[in-house]
Amino acid sequence: MVRRFARAHPWWSIWIAVATLVLLYLIFAIWPPWLIALLGKKKLFLNSLFNGITLGSLYFLIASGFTLIFGLMRNVNLAHGSLYMLGGYIGYLVGDLTGYWLLAFPAAFVAVGLFGILLQYFVFRRMEGEDIRQTLVTLGISIVLADIMLWMFGGDFYNISPPSWLSGPMDTFFVTGVKRSSGELIYLKYPLVRIAILIASIVIGVGMWLALNRTRIGMLIRAGVDDRDILSASGIRIQLVFVAVFAFGAGLAGMAGVVGGTFQSIAPGEDIRFLLASLVVVIVGGMGSIPGAALGAVIIGIAEQFGSVYFPTYAVVVTFLIMVLVLAFRPRGLLGRN
Amino acid sequence: MKTRTLLAVLAATFLTATAHAQTLKVGALATLEGTYTALGEDGMRGLRLALSQANNMAGGREIEIIVAGTDASPDSAVRAARKVVEQDGVELLIGPLSGSEGIALRDYSKTQPHVTFINGISGAQETTFVDPSENFFRFNMDGAQWSAGLGEYIYNVKGYETIATIAEDYSFTYTQVLGLALGYCAAGGEITERIWVPLGTKDFASIIAALPDDVDALYLGLGGGDAVNFLNQYQQAGGDAQLVGGTIMVDGTVLSSKGDAKNALIGVPSSGPQADTWDDPNWQAFVKAYQDEFPPDQRFPSPSLMATGYYNATTAAVSCLNEVGGDLSDGQAAFRSCLSNLVLDAPNGEIKLDGNRQAIGTNFISEVVELEDGTLATQLVKIVPNVNQTLGIDPETFAGFGVPGRDVPECKSSY
Amino acid sequence: MADPAANGNTDSGGSRIGRVPAGYWLAGAFLLVVPSFASNFVMYQIFGWSFILGMISLSLMFLAGYGGMFSLAQMTVAGLAGYVVAICGTSAITDISQNWPWYINIPAALLIAAIFATIVGWLAVRTEGIYTIMITLAVASAFFYFTRQNYVLFNGFSGFNGIFPPQLFGVDWRNPIAFYYLALFWAVFWYLAVLYVSRSPMGLALQGIRDNPRRMAALGFDVTLHRVAAYTFAAFPAAIGGILLTWQSAQISPGTAGIGPVIDILVIAVIGGLRHPIGPFVGAFVYVILKSFSIDILVALGMAGERFQLLIGLGFLAIVFWSPDGLLGLWAKLRDLNRRDPLIGRLVRRL
Repeated sequence: MVRRFARAHPWWSIWIAVATLVLLYLIFAIWPPWLIALLGKKKLFLNSLFNGITLGSLYFLIASGFTLIFGLMRNVNLAHGSLYMLGGYIGYLVGDLTGYWLLAFPAAFVAVGLFGILLQYFVFRRMEGEDIRQTLVTLGISIVLADIMLWMFGGDFYNISPPSWLSGPMDTFFVTGVKRSSGELIYLKYPLVRIAILIASIVIGVGMWLALNRTRIGMLIRAGVDDRDILSASGIRIQLVFVAVFAFGAGLAGMAGVVGGTFQSIAPGEDIRFLLASLVVVIVGGMGSIPGAALGAVIIGIAEQFGSVYFPTYAVVVTFLIMVLVLAFRPRGLLGRN
Repeated sequence: MKTRTLLAVLAATFLTATAHAQTLKVGALATLEGTYTALGEDGMRGLRLALSQANNMAGGREIEIIVAGTDASPDSAVRAARKVVEQDGVELLIGPLSGSEGIALRDYSKTQPHVTFINGISGAQETTFVDPSENFFRFNMDGAQWSAGLGEYIYNVKGYETIATIAEDYSFTYTQVLGLALGYCAAGGEITERIWVPLGTKDFASIIAALPDDVDALYLGLGGGDAVNFLNQYQQAGGDAQLVGGTIMVDGTVLSSKGDAKNALIGVPSSGPQADTWDDPNWQAFVKAYQDEFPPDQRFPSPSLMATGYYNATTAAVSCLNEVGGDLSDGQAAFRSCLSNLVLDAPNGEIKLDGNRQAIGTNFISEVVELEDGTLATQLVKIVPNVNQTLGIDPETFAGFGVPGRDVPECKSSY
Repeated sequence: MADPAANGNTDSGGSRIGRVPAGYWLAGAFLLVVPSFASNFVMYQIFGWSFILGMISLSLMFLAGYGGMFSLAQMTVAGLAGYVVAICGTSAITDISQNWPWYINIPAALLIAAIFATIVGWLAVRTEGIYTIMITLAVASAFFYFTRQNYVLFNGFSGFNGIFPPQLFGVDWRNPIAFYYLALFWAVFWYLAVLYVSRSPMGLALQGIRDNPRRMAALGFDVTLHRVAAYTFAAFPAAIGGILLTWQSAQISPGTAGIGPVIDILVIAVIGGLRHPIGPFVGAFVYVILKSFSIDILVALGMAGERFQLLIGLGFLAIVFWSPDGLLGLWAKLRDLNRRDPLIGRLVRRL
């Protein structure tokens, strides 16, 4: 596959190879002074890079459900942010009651997934094929859910505490510099919980990729994304596939709520923020594409984190700028099909 | 029955506001929609507490409160004010809660000279400092005043000789840093860096990595969710610098947030118009009255800034209405002159007004402590009395700094 | 607008005076005499605000109803126009405001808003239908965050205050009666303009493109050009609405075109109905009444006064569920009930 790509796009391959080498150098080398003068301390660069990737993994969890639902059902789920927030609140309650942080994940996944089934069964099934109307309904649901959650949970900030074995930083093997006095190497310290979440997202992402590419239901879903009409005409009970995908996408958003509540916090307004994040990620990555969501999430996450350090004033705007650029040159997103 | 009330409400829309009867209509403005709902509700608790202590009577007239909700935006504040003033015909308006709402209401108050506006708790400096309005009174201090004394305290007592500030990028925190810088730099301290993060920043991980590590302490001017997220991620990153908090960094919303993030605040010095555990009998009585008036699940553990602010505004109005016997004739002249000259014996210290009808009050330096029941509260360490709007600096020099901003004022030992 | 008779004419023609239905005369006469009995508040806030929100929603209705493009950036266009008036004209922020006279800053506002809308349109129409909502919502948020962070031009979080309309013809246009007629004039103007354009070749082509872009392209219409042109045209009612909104509250700040208001504009248009230009005004009126009196209404119904969002959200859901054409559709249904032929029990359509 790599060879085929290299043959088809020789220039692209060279660029990608050079960029990878530069990146590897930046990550592993001990920076010479001119580089520090150019980019600031290495600690800063490495931190921004890793934080971008870990933030990207949170975005990926949310956006993958969003993009799957969109790809299969043409439903722009504007209530996706509300599902995220719902998951966060449920996760907090479960974690607080049982004392087990890990239990919060399945609880949020199942609860929000069930809610997704209800939505799909009672609401969206009734207006199939009317994408604008479905979208408007999701907008209405998000307004109502936001107010109900405000009613129930108040304006407080909920922060889900990870267990003590996951809190605090850990030493990594990345060198950030050399101590001037002793010549000792200084290693990067990095929050453990973010690493855990990164690993979990990669596992989920790979699992999803395998499920989509190696299982029967995955095949059905891919077929549905390509051509829904033909799929339903071929005698498949497409409603079941829809319910399953919506529940899974909603569940992922709910689980992402627990992740978000752990390294950020849950409060009114977060729903809109994460809805916007998934919109931008999906627009950049390509609508309906899971690898696109992963690529978009990492790009947006890294842009946000580098932005917050190197040009804090416009950090939020940078992500939107990337989106506009992508729209201008590849309207369907980086990995979207044209 | 309900439908009829509804129809009456709708019908009333189209009729000109009726002339006032014996009851005194008072408008109350607070954020009751959106993210800051919890704050607005606590403000309303303060107002209702003051009224219930006065048996809902002032100057021999019964008080009818007309509540209007805003969403913390200036547009919504003006609309809500217009509704209660022009439609319901209130003679007195208490509110609003947030800074830019206050500025918008100050502008609106100029078009309604027959109504008296008493600020709720909004703390923008500009509201009373630039182009003040004749009928707009503010019995709470502004963001800069809330920082008074903190700079001297952390330099002289804590011994922090250099600090860096990290704060949200908007006007309220500009004035807070201004108040801090004036005291701190005059005492001899140096602010090496001012980091401004956009309002609503939720992932601070990289910013935390970029924090300078060669300073004695970090000043945090964040509020609400931003504050909680910063503390959470700061702990995860293993941060161990000395922290100093702005007023909203240690207010009720952060101290009562759910989760462990807030524990990073224990021992952090900060300043503001109140200290939760102050042993002054007046303050203790107020806290007790607040706790008795509202059931525990419908209030904060102790009154927030918002409750105190609205309480003071309402008490000031009630005591002046009593003094003039409820007489609001002659463009409310007697009532307003009473307000201007009032010395309010507020639970959080004595408050009087200056020529711009801006509070001169008491500021509190406090540290965050963990109470026996596990909740966090601010504990008084120092009282700074008689803080005026220019922080004791000659008004002309003070005005010469210009509008507080990202780099205004400079850190100098004398001005 | 308050007169439902005006809504009854959703599908009747009316370009010549003789054929103007009675409902129009009634509604017009009513709106003209409102100042004789209504209070300042009702004129300035209830009606004035309804007209303004109606105009901004009208621009969304034009794009969505005739072009099938649900653009959430219309409030942003309005906000931008308001900002330009503040920046080029006079405000309390003297460091930034240029103090240019009205005959420069108002055209400048319209022009810049139109250019902005054209660019947004060009970005949005490159993909079809459903993507538009996502892209325009993202653009609207970008504008909100940018204005909140930019101090050089937009004065950041605080925005501008003290922005007043020019004292043209010796009239104080912030006076409730003057403002009422000003807003009424522009609302009627854009209502008629949209009605006119919808029946012009350009409008008909747009509707054709909405229904079947491929066929229109095959017929030789430039689909992209028509869609982008629709965005440009729709910028004007939104921009006028934005300027009036800025004058009405005498200030503009990032929150004016924040994500809440952006979504509210869509809610208003959908509640009113997207089939006819009167819809947005009906929706705006209902919205303004609810927004102004929600506390009184909710308390009268025995609920907590803070649940305005719940009320509007449920109302919105109910409309989308049972009457996709909004209140207009509801009205049409009611009317049709009375017009069933008693013999065959079927609807008799008036053409």
